[in-house]
Amino acid sequence: MHDSLILRVVAKFLIPVIVLFGLYVVFHGKLGPGGAFQAGVILASALIVHMLVFGPDETRRVAPVAVLRGLAAVGVLLYGGTGLISLALGANYLDYNPIGSTPVSGQYFGILLVEIGVCITVASTMALLALLFAERVRT
Amino acid sequence: MSISHALAVLLLSLGSGLLIVAGIGLLRFPHFYTRLHAAGVIDTLAAGLFLAGLAWWFGPTLGSVKLLLIFVFLLFTSPTACHALAATAWASGLREPAQNKE
Repeated sequence: MHDSLILRVVAKFLIPVIVLFGLYVVFHGKLGPGGAFQAGVILASALIVHMLVFGPDETRRVAPVAVLRGLAAVGVLLYGGTGLISLALGANYLDYNPIGSTPVSGQYFGILLVEIGVCITVASTMALLALLFAERVRT
Repeated sequence: MSISHALAVLLLSLGSGLLIVAGIGLLRFPHFYTRLHAAGVIDTLAAGLFLAGLAWWFGPTLGSVKLLLIFVFLLFTSPTACHALAATAWASGLREPAQNKE
């Protein structure tokens, strides 16, 4: 693989910034422009930048495919589990009001949990797609 | 319109003018490297002028700080993307065809 010092240095500088911005978008999503899906894609783009610069083998060492598969399932579980919690607390499925002490805080934490779940699933699925695609190109 | 707004408008129109130049260059230049030159070199300056104009318009607020952060991000990414494109093209053997002058 063609190794480039400039790309490696800039990627080292960029990847933390991209991750920070992804977290900003997911935590900002409930009260401003942003959202879980976009945040997931931004987080995955950090891994994809890593894959493009350092190579798929190195990325597979940082984020193993098995872990990414597990995370994709954990995100869906978090989403569905939030709905089941509100069901168990006597409200409708995915009705966040009873999760917190007051309906307002319940909405706050419920939406946050669901958003984090979506974010984890989207990020790991996107990174998984890129990694598997790179593997297919090579073979 | 006050003087400071006029300065913001000046910066914004300068940035748009540069972007138009870059677009014309991208369309009209003959080969990959010249097109990359037109797009990649102007990109950072035009974006910088744009963001400076917007920041001037908003004044010293949180929005201006965010614009500054966007500018720093662009300052690093845009030339790097340009470099990556050019280096990849050169490494995979793309050469400028000899100019046929009459």
